[in-house]
Amino acid sequence: MGGKVVTISSGKGGVGKTTATANLGISLASLGKKVVVIDADIGLRNLDVIMGLENRIVYDLVDIVEGRSKLRQAMIKHKKFDDLFLIPAAQTRDKMAVSPDDMVKLTNELREDFDYVLIDSPAGIERGFRNALEPADEVLIVTNPEVSAVRDADRIIGLIEAADKGPGKLIINRLKADMVKKGEMLSSEDVFDILGLTIIGIIPEDELVLSASNSGVPVTLNMQSKAGMAFNNVARRVIGEDVPFMNLDENLGIFQRLVGLLNGR
Amino acid sequence: MTNLLSRLFGRSKKGSGATAKDRLRFVLQHDRINLPPERMEEMKREILAVIVKYLVVDQDRVEIDLEQRDRTHSKLTAEIPVAIHTPASANKAVESTVAAADSAGANGANNGANADAEKDDTVDEVDKAEAPDAAEDAKADKRGNGESEADRKS
Repeated sequence: MGGKVVTISSGKGGVGKTTATANLGISLASLGKKVVVIDADIGLRNLDVIMGLENRIVYDLVDIVEGRSKLRQAMIKHKKFDDLFLIPAAQTRDKMAVSPDDMVKLTNELREDFDYVLIDSPAGIERGFRNALEPADEVLIVTNPEVSAVRDADRIIGLIEAADKGPGKLIINRLKADMVKKGEMLSSEDVFDILGLTIIGIIPEDELVLSASNSGVPVTLNMQSKAGMAFNNVARRVIGEDVPFMNLDENLGIFQRLVGLLNGR
Repeated sequence: MTNLLSRLFGRSKKGSGATAKDRLRFVLQHDRINLPPERMEEMKREILAVIVKYLVVDQDRVEIDLEQRDRTHSKLTAEIPVAIHTPASANKAVESTVAAADSAGANGANNGANADAEKDDTVDEVDKAEAPDAAEDAKADKRGNGESEADRKS
């Protein structure tokens, strides 16, 4: 069977699926893995810009499926990693242009040559999500520590389990450790209590993520970034390494830590 | 900082994070069984309306709740205090979980005299009125059914 298909999903839009996919792709490639990332969000192509590959696109996913392009022709090689490729979404079509069976066929072909096929699922629970889910060996669910994102995550976790693709693992994105400390944000433990899924990543809120998407250089490539390090840790857990979770309090000031100490934490 | 202040002033204000968790729990409970809160209340009222036809219930202490261990295991639990009918204290409410059959069984076993009295009731003593109102109604219903059955047989 060869490579593994990992789908990154969330239900709600805007929680960081595409950012997570791009960064996992880069991290896995930097760990020496052969990786393809597929943008399954047909009509709302975005993974290309996050990865800084937008100006190299000739063919797209729908071109492959409809036979206008050979698989290899449509795959865009990353600037920095020779073993990292992107299959972009079509921008002018809609999700019905691709079927779940198409995705299974495509990924089966890719499995032969690659260690990991990452699929960036569109938001929602309709066709695009089904396309991304059908070929998955493993599903990573991205959520934010926030009521609506967790609610939608719960909904798709149910759908993932119903499709026998469960249980899936959780990436909690954009956690603000200082707000959690003040009791003003759901903690990763809270999210775990509610969703009951294994957490494979906790990504701290980090302004460098926006800078990274501005410049098209995913944040894992920035050694200064805590979010980048956290994404890198997720990649290492994906390949089976046992990586402890980072201490997200480290970037708190000495004063806040003192307060924490006084509060018995 | 707010934490320290609230400790100093002896206030233990619940953060919005805890509120978020409570609200999520509530919302997901209903999402997962696909029954909105209002419909759930309607169901509780209906369940209770049925039970009240047969038993005297301490309505203020009724608790019907949805318990959720995780996404795939939901359980509806009900604690419905039922009045035990004894000659001495006709309307004394006794703790008992919804298992109405259990409570009826215990009733029969513990109060032989009472059970006899009930038997008499159901046979033909129409005007014997020592039971509380609701129980009386229930019995009246039973008798009604009995008679109609008897009619059909004859």
